[in-house]
Amino acid sequence: MTDTRPQLTPTQLQALGDELDALRQRVLEDLGERDVRYIRDLIKTQRALEVGGRGLLFFSVLPPAWLAGAAALSLSKILDNMEIGHNVMHGQYDWTGDSALSGREFEWDTACPAEQWRHSHNYLHHTFTNILGKDRDIGYGVIRMTEDEPWQPRWLGNPAYALLLALLFQYGVAMHDLEIERIGEAEPAWRSRRNLLSGIWSKVRAQTLKDYVLFPLLSGPQAPLVLGANASANLVRNVWAFTIIFCGHFPDGTFEFSEQETTEESRGEWYLRQMLGSANLTGSRLFHILSGNLSHQIEHHLYPDIPAHRYAEISKEVQEICDRYELPYNTGPLHSQFGSVVRKIFRLALPTPSPHARELGSAYDPDSATPSPEPADGLRRTTNQAVTAAAARTATAK
Amino acid sequence: MLTRLHERATVGEQVFTKLPQDGQASQQAVDARSGETGRSRQLPSAGRLARRVVGSSLLEALAAPHGVDRYVELVLPGFSLRDPRAEVVAVRYPTPNSLTLRLRPNELWHGFRAGQFVSLSVEIDGVRRTRCYSPALSEHARAELELTIRVHPEGLVSGYLRANARPGTVVELAQADGEFVLARTRPEHLLLISGGSGITPVMSMLRTLCDEGHDAPVTFLHFARREHEVAYSAELQELARSRPNVRLAFVYTRERTGGADRHLSRAQLRRVDRRYRQAEVYVCGPPGLIATTRALWASDGHPERVHSESFLPTRVVASPGEAHGCVRFAASRIELAGEAMTLLEHAEKAGLTPAYGCRMGICHTCTCRKLTGQVRNVNSGELSSCEQEDIQICSSVPVGDVELDL
Repeated sequence: MTDTRPQLTPTQLQALGDELDALRQRVLEDLGERDVRYIRDLIKTQRALEVGGRGLLFFSVLPPAWLAGAAALSLSKILDNMEIGHNVMHGQYDWTGDSALSGREFEWDTACPAEQWRHSHNYLHHTFTNILGKDRDIGYGVIRMTEDEPWQPRWLGNPAYALLLALLFQYGVAMHDLEIERIGEAEPAWRSRRNLLSGIWSKVRAQTLKDYVLFPLLSGPQAPLVLGANASANLVRNVWAFTIIFCGHFPDGTFEFSEQETTEESRGEWYLRQMLGSANLTGSRLFHILSGNLSHQIEHHLYPDIPAHRYAEISKEVQEICDRYELPYNTGPLHSQFGSVVRKIFRLALPTPSPHARELGSAYDPDSATPSPEPADGLRRTTNQAVTAAAARTATAK
Repeated sequence: MLTRLHERATVGEQVFTKLPQDGQASQQAVDARSGETGRSRQLPSAGRLARRVVGSSLLEALAAPHGVDRYVELVLPGFSLRDPRAEVVAVRYPTPNSLTLRLRPNELWHGFRAGQFVSLSVEIDGVRRTRCYSPALSEHARAELELTIRVHPEGLVSGYLRANARPGTVVELAQADGEFVLARTRPEHLLLISGGSGITPVMSMLRTLCDEGHDAPVTFLHFARREHEVAYSAELQELARSRPNVRLAFVYTRERTGGADRHLSRAQLRRVDRRYRQAEVYVCGPPGLIATTRALWASDGHPERVHSESFLPTRVVASPGEAHGCVRFAASRIELAGEAMTLLEHAEKAGLTPAYGCRMGICHTCTCRKLTGQVRNVNSGELSSCEQEDIQICSSVPVGDVELDL
């Protein structure tokens, strides 16, 4: 793997697209009762954790009950948001025809209304993955995650912004479509913003009512303890989701793309961009479930609507395809992938040379002493490479 | 999805009559005419009380955002606050190629009018499959629903039910639907004609009339291939014996007896009912039977007396990709000729603005319910002809007639 973005010939791209299409088709044809049983069992587990956790918190004067209740509720929220909500809302189980598993009807326990999420995530993020200026997951509009974002003094707060986003992640996700960093720019989008806000408000109100008013009140004098446990559960879920999601596209070795080079993509090029823009995490089966199988980010971005528990099964084959086309398959344990994300957040708080300047002389690498196998500046040549690649493709096409 | 169907079904629905289960036929008839619901007169059953508690707004707020249903159904699959469901209470096999299900619907089920059909869904290998069946019981038998289902050799749902339906099995229902219903003011002279499995809705009409103590002439004419294939044969004969106003005639189209009279004709009609021309006709069966009936009454100058329902198969074009059918957007009441382009493009051409995102089949923003018809997925090439199925319209092209809930 190098930090130069791999290129494929048009013939290779066609073949890659066909191979990945064939793999997708094979999985789709095999879908059946096993998948339904898997997701229903998971839903049962989550609902049991939810009911059990809430129940235990009625005895929260006893510290072990408080601890177990808060833990069960945290797990419930993590499962609800990640392996169940995120995946069901992708339409991964639409083929079942079950309204309880319908991507269009599912609502999750977080501040972001499902409908807005389906737009900002399923459509924008998954269609325009890692395209600067189009994929709002790059820094969520509040963190500088790439050298291509020109440095300004406000980016000195980058680590602080990231910490805040992690703690309040569910609200950060909910604000996604509002494009708050663009408020103040002259544009007549206030009416649609109001609609978005009212959707968010009704979700936030329902969650606040449930977690911070009703359940505490029902527990009588233990109200402060229950409120604390519920807040902890939301916090644990926020930090966990932030950690997993930021490992999906920002570890070293992932690539970004420009709008101009992606305007007329073939299916093969689209697949390639998804593979180069995503990074996996290694871990146990339980870890994969708790990450909503976003630990298989590469497989997820190739096939966002295939039931996520299948990603582990096809990952060997995807790796083998990557090997054959000499493409990177970016994977590693959580600590090293997240470590490289954190380092990037800190590094980009300070002024960085423009991509062009760094290209000319980058002997100095502040991260070279770290054990990360990847050069820390995997993103820096994006724009230049992109333009060259686009030009090369146009030339071949002619 | 079911809720949407449910809404559509109840829009056109008039006040259903809720009758005391032990009520007498004559009393029922009076209630039916006055349109009184009768629900208020009933004491809340234990189930209804439980439903009220479970459905309270406090519990709903505590169970947000999933709702109480999504918790309770994990323990009690037959329970639902939102979806009509039913439990199988008995299964019979009246003829070699049919089965009769007796179902006990939950309280969300609104009942049906004699002649209407019901959508029943079961899950087969993880996929929810829906088929429409006509109940055969009287519309006054509110506590139970009886469906007689013909088992086709390659029928997915009918075959599954034949092999797997047991007392205790839970199925999903949609509210009854269909325009093929007995007029509320019962006609003075009735002719009920059916062919094959088309017997069920007219059987329901006959049983309903008998329950109401209807005493005006009713003629029941049924066409079957062979004698042993007639469902409800014994009950029909018993009804004809005990009720002077009910006349019964069977015609067997594949047996030697019957001679030239195997298909519907004036001579045959005259034989079973001299004054058949004056009758209000309800006919259900294969398209040929309906066409003949319509032609006979049209030539007599009374086409409006014929009410019919046919089980028409969707027209399918042999070579995929050649969409010579018709694309119908049911909710918008727009129809246009099918072309070699996606259903999303058809909708846009028709001036509709359905939601869409990637336009390449990955984001599911455009997902929409296909009511009937066959489509080909442009990415996989796969053909799909299931009824009541969610499809991505950005990557589906029509193959023959297609109807979308859009």
